[in-house]
Amino acid sequence: MPESLPGAVALLAVLVATLRAATPLIIAGMGELIAEKSGVLNLGQEGMMLVGAAVGFIATAATGSPALGLLAAMAAGAAMALLFGVLTLTLTANQVATGLALTIFGIGLSALIGVRFVGTPIPGLATVLWPGLAHASPLWQQLLLLDPLVWFSLLLAPAAQWFLYRTRAGLIVRAVGESHDVAHALGYSVLRIRYLTTLFGGAMSGLAGAYLSLAYTPMWVENMVAGRGWIALALVVFSTWKPGWLAIGAWLFGFITIAQFEAEAAGLSVSPSLLATLPYLATIVVLVLISRDAVGLRLNAPAALGKPFRPTV
Amino acid sequence: MTTTRRTLLRTSLLAPAIGALAARGARADGPLRVAFVYVAPIGDAGWTYQHELGRRAMDKALGDKVSSSYVEDVAEGADAERVIRKLATDGNQLIFTTSFGYMNPTLKVAQQFPKIYFDHATGYKRAANVGTYSARFYEGRYLAGLIAGRMSKSGIGGYVAAFPIPEVVQGINAFTLGAQSVNPKFTTKVVWTSSWFDPGKERAAADTMIAQGADIVTHHTDSTAVVQAGEEKGVYSIAYNSDMSKYGPKTCLTAVTMIWDSYYIATAKAAIEGKWQPTDVWGGIKDGMVALAPLNSVVPVEVAKDVTAKQAQIATGLLKPFQGPITDQDGKERIVKGAALTDQEILEMKWFAAGVQGKL
Repeated sequence: MPESLPGAVALLAVLVATLRAATPLIIAGMGELIAEKSGVLNLGQEGMMLVGAAVGFIATAATGSPALGLLAAMAAGAAMALLFGVLTLTLTANQVATGLALTIFGIGLSALIGVRFVGTPIPGLATVLWPGLAHASPLWQQLLLLDPLVWFSLLLAPAAQWFLYRTRAGLIVRAVGESHDVAHALGYSVLRIRYLTTLFGGAMSGLAGAYLSLAYTPMWVENMVAGRGWIALALVVFSTWKPGWLAIGAWLFGFITIAQFEAEAAGLSVSPSLLATLPYLATIVVLVLISRDAVGLRLNAPAALGKPFRPTV
Repeated sequence: MTTTRRTLLRTSLLAPAIGALAARGARADGPLRVAFVYVAPIGDAGWTYQHELGRRAMDKALGDKVSSSYVEDVAEGADAERVIRKLATDGNQLIFTTSFGYMNPTLKVAQQFPKIYFDHATGYKRAANVGTYSARFYEGRYLAGLIAGRMSKSGIGGYVAAFPIPEVVQGINAFTLGAQSVNPKFTTKVVWTSSWFDPGKERAAADTMIAQGADIVTHHTDSTAVVQAGEEKGVYSIAYNSDMSKYGPKTCLTAVTMIWDSYYIATAKAAIEGKWQPTDVWGGIKDGMVALAPLNSVVPVEVAKDVTAKQAQIATGLLKPFQGPITDQDGKERIVKGAALTDQEILEMKWFAAGVQGKL
């Protein structure tokens, strides 16, 4: 009964849908943000997410355990990132070209390994009830049932912020991304650190992909990531490498996508083509506005981003 | 023989040489070589899957008189033209291009290969060696609406649609009119995803409409996400393209499916016998090109009987889904009582019937 649906509950439904839509963007974006902060530009997000989605799905279908599926997806994403690392860090190949190749490779590879699993039913990721709401009305419970990865994504921004700006390890990561020569001169192993952040970025992309194939729409079909890897990448840059803004950008993007559906379903008289461009438009406008400060932008952008490092003993 | 776009592109460097050889050999008395271009991976449900079923049926029916191949996941546009040209130079004699966006590439290649027959699905441009074919999807949609109208308690349907083009609009209107034929107060909410294939968006769109009171959802997009959303929320759904009952065993009531088998068999046969013509085929329930998948057991017997009866009436032409009087959203009368929309009017449909909640 739509008329009797209380406004607060409807709003809550929108918020929950927003959080779910933003989750893969935040997870993949935050992994890439950390990697870029160390100076590694990996444009292979889409490919790593797809491989993560496929492997996560296959592992879940084979073992019956979504938890194992998530782990397998992270391992698969990290393996893709390792390939990227060997090519760009050890062999100093061009990072932009290698990243694009990684995406194309990931699209093909995920389709190949997943082809027998199209249409296989799996147990989706179990949902978690908000603490203290076990006695709430069934309607509220329905709305508040969130899967663990949504919770995880909520914690990611503060965790990344804390890691980058409050820990010694974070300082080292930023130093490597700022000037690998100086970091090297100080005695830090630039390549080891960049390998670690690249692997972390890959694992997070794999996880984000698995979120799509295990929780968001529990199924595997070819190319199911549908461009979200690219959006996550764009969010990193537009957020000027600030974890908090990345999360806000992702939520904004998710919110406007959902709000578009809500407006259409409610019968709002606006051109669908205009509504379809709104998520992109609004996210870009807001993030451009926040990154207007040229000095701040330059301070935040990792100066050595995308540059190969050849250690000179 | 199966080819993927990737292997095809890899060998495309050799194409001119191989093509010339193959083209010369193709006119021999061997089997008719038929090629299909698919817009998506075949998967196990959906638009492309139905065409693949048609191809297999053709192979089975004509045995060693045909030899068929396909290229899947071919993007509409420049990629398509390259693939179609490659298939033509490879010596295929009949080429089916199965997506709307292949229209111009098909015509362009067809011009250069006047001896090869082309048939393009859902397009409207024809040439001496290019025919078109499509199905009256809307007839199935009308029956789906009939079921929706009988099964919905809230009287609100949710329709996840890709793009506001006539083919999609026909379906939305027919669904709504079908539902209104049994529940005059039925309304259909429409949400556009601006993408034929994005499971995440399709899912979110369905969830939104369910939250807003829709208790039966359907879709004109390519994934199974809407059916899965319904199953999870305990809301009825009606699938499109393929039978998706395994994704919604409890809630998926039926599916509006396209069956290309007999068309592909007949066209290939005509080509073998040298009787191929650049026809414009627009088949419906009568021709077996559009059908409903087996109904879910939760559909009451009297509803099923009603559907069967109406289906027979559509087949004989007694019942026309776009039979007047029909008024549009703005209250304008589009067709008067006693008349029905012509094929041309249906093909150019750019308005929503009253009761559709959405904007074009």
